[in-house]
Amino acid sequence: MTAVDHRPTSTEETGVSSTVQTPPATSSEGVLSGGGAAPLVRRRRTSLANALLPVGVLLVLLGIWYAITYLVLDPDRRFLMPPPQDVVTEAFLDGPTMARIGEALWNTVVVSFTGLAIAIAIGIAWAVLMSQAKAAERSLFPYAVALQCIPILALVPLIGFWFGFGFLSRVIVCVLIALFPIVSNTLFGLQSVDRGMHELFDLHGAGRFTRLVKLQFPAAMPAVFAGFRISAGLSVVGAIVGDIFFKQGTPGLGIVLDNFRSRLQGAELFASILVAAGLGIAVFLLFGWLGKLAVGRWYDQARDAG
Amino acid sequence: MSALSTSAPSIGAAATRAPATGGPTAGTRVLHFRDVAKAFPDGTVALEGVDLDVRRGEFVTVVGPSGCGKSTLLRIASGLSPATSGTVQMDAERIGYVFQDATLLPWRTVLKNVQLLAELHGMSSTATNQASRDAIDLVGLKGHEKKLPRALSGGMKMRASLARSLTLDPDLFLFDEPFGALDEITRERLNDELIRLFTSKGFGALFITHSVSEAVYLSTRVLVMSGRPGHIVDSFDVPFGPDRTPELRFTPEFAALAGQVSHALRAGHS
Repeated sequence: MTAVDHRPTSTEETGVSSTVQTPPATSSEGVLSGGGAAPLVRRRRTSLANALLPVGVLLVLLGIWYAITYLVLDPDRRFLMPPPQDVVTEAFLDGPTMARIGEALWNTVVVSFTGLAIAIAIGIAWAVLMSQAKAAERSLFPYAVALQCIPILALVPLIGFWFGFGFLSRVIVCVLIALFPIVSNTLFGLQSVDRGMHELFDLHGAGRFTRLVKLQFPAAMPAVFAGFRISAGLSVVGAIVGDIFFKQGTPGLGIVLDNFRSRLQGAELFASILVAAGLGIAVFLLFGWLGKLAVGRWYDQARDAG
Repeated sequence: MSALSTSAPSIGAAATRAPATGGPTAGTRVLHFRDVAKAFPDGTVALEGVDLDVRRGEFVTVVGPSGCGKSTLLRIASGLSPATSGTVQMDAERIGYVFQDATLLPWRTVLKNVQLLAELHGMSSTATNQASRDAIDLVGLKGHEKKLPRALSGGMKMRASLARSLTLDPDLFLFDEPFGALDEITRERLNDELIRLFTSKGFGALFITHSVSEAVYLSTRVLVMSGRPGHIVDSFDVPFGPDRTPELRFTPEFAALAGQVSHALRAGHS
């Protein structure tokens, strides 16, 4: 009782305190979120706030980073967390290091995008199959869930054992790790079609295929793209995890990371971690943008979220 | 247009349904209910002993309290749901069904939405284009063809939904409280446009509403339905001609008839 009661009050308080910091953004948000009048003004102000807040968080994080490097660590242990400027000068501005990271980045991109493309093909086919018959859903969905629940990391050695330590095994790891969000989001999208719409199609004698193409797929697109976006990031994780485990073959970011780690090259290690993180963010943004291109015209995500 | 009649059998599949043998002309019966009952698996009896006929050129309105099975009546007429017993005969080659919601596909423009049914019925693209342009003109949406549903008002959405059915040139139009969610002014305007469409096209119409005033204003005949289990308790022929104007609502004749319908509604409900 008390815990439940407490929550709304505390969010109200944070709402009030942020009003003090940036009065126009939050007050217009609060007034207009229900109605939708003057959305242009609201969008501009929130987008400014949206851009500034993460920058603030970044500054705080950099501050913590400096504090750890210079206040916590002994100078001879500073390789554990080299200061940001060292990461820039020793890694990002160092030609050979960056050439190596760049090549690894490209290899990781190839592996993760191949894996993602295969996961998309399998995932959509799987979801369509399940959407067509309750029996298919009942028999196949548990395996989709199992795929999500099995720790893929535990399977990676086995995959290497069966398929070797090269490209194929890395792609398989990506597919396994990226498949579930595509299956579940696509299935959810295909099944979320309004009953009235289905009845309209019933009335006019639409067959399964027509219904799938003209009704269910277009309706599912927002959910499908949300799935792609999650899976794209997971696929990058899969490629790096595969690298770190297999330690052989064409070096991707995972192998480079592992090498820097074993040689205690802190700055280079940090740089490659940042590049890996950047790749994840880039694919996330890429698929967000693709989704917006595909459905943004008619599907307003902000309206649903707000 | 001939493409339409070949795909018409998909609409009704129940054994008691007789497919049309020739094109219905003015006055031919397009819908026939005899002693129709509907019980749901949970035991609820929605309809009992319903008799009704709709002919081309007739605008029949069923008025009744909420939850009396009015919508079930339309679902049975359209074949979306089978009757438990009784005879249902749908002699229309083409039916239009206008739902409570406009049920427009949000990713399609007005024009593409209006073309949907013609596409589903396999009409040629020239016929589809012609029919959709005509229908859009008829409902007054010219100039809005490229808009998406989210940019339309409730009234405009309903117009688009109406236009979508009009592309099939239906013999029988089924309306499931289509204007229930609209404000009064929009609703009255759409009532007038519907009368105009009905007069020019001469289809048969079965219209469901809980508004007595709307029922009397639109119809050639008003049927009053009782509360559950729904059955027809009274029938009123509406004497007004097709040239109805909003002022009709304020005449003593209109008020008297609306009063009688209202009275029957209350008697049937208690």
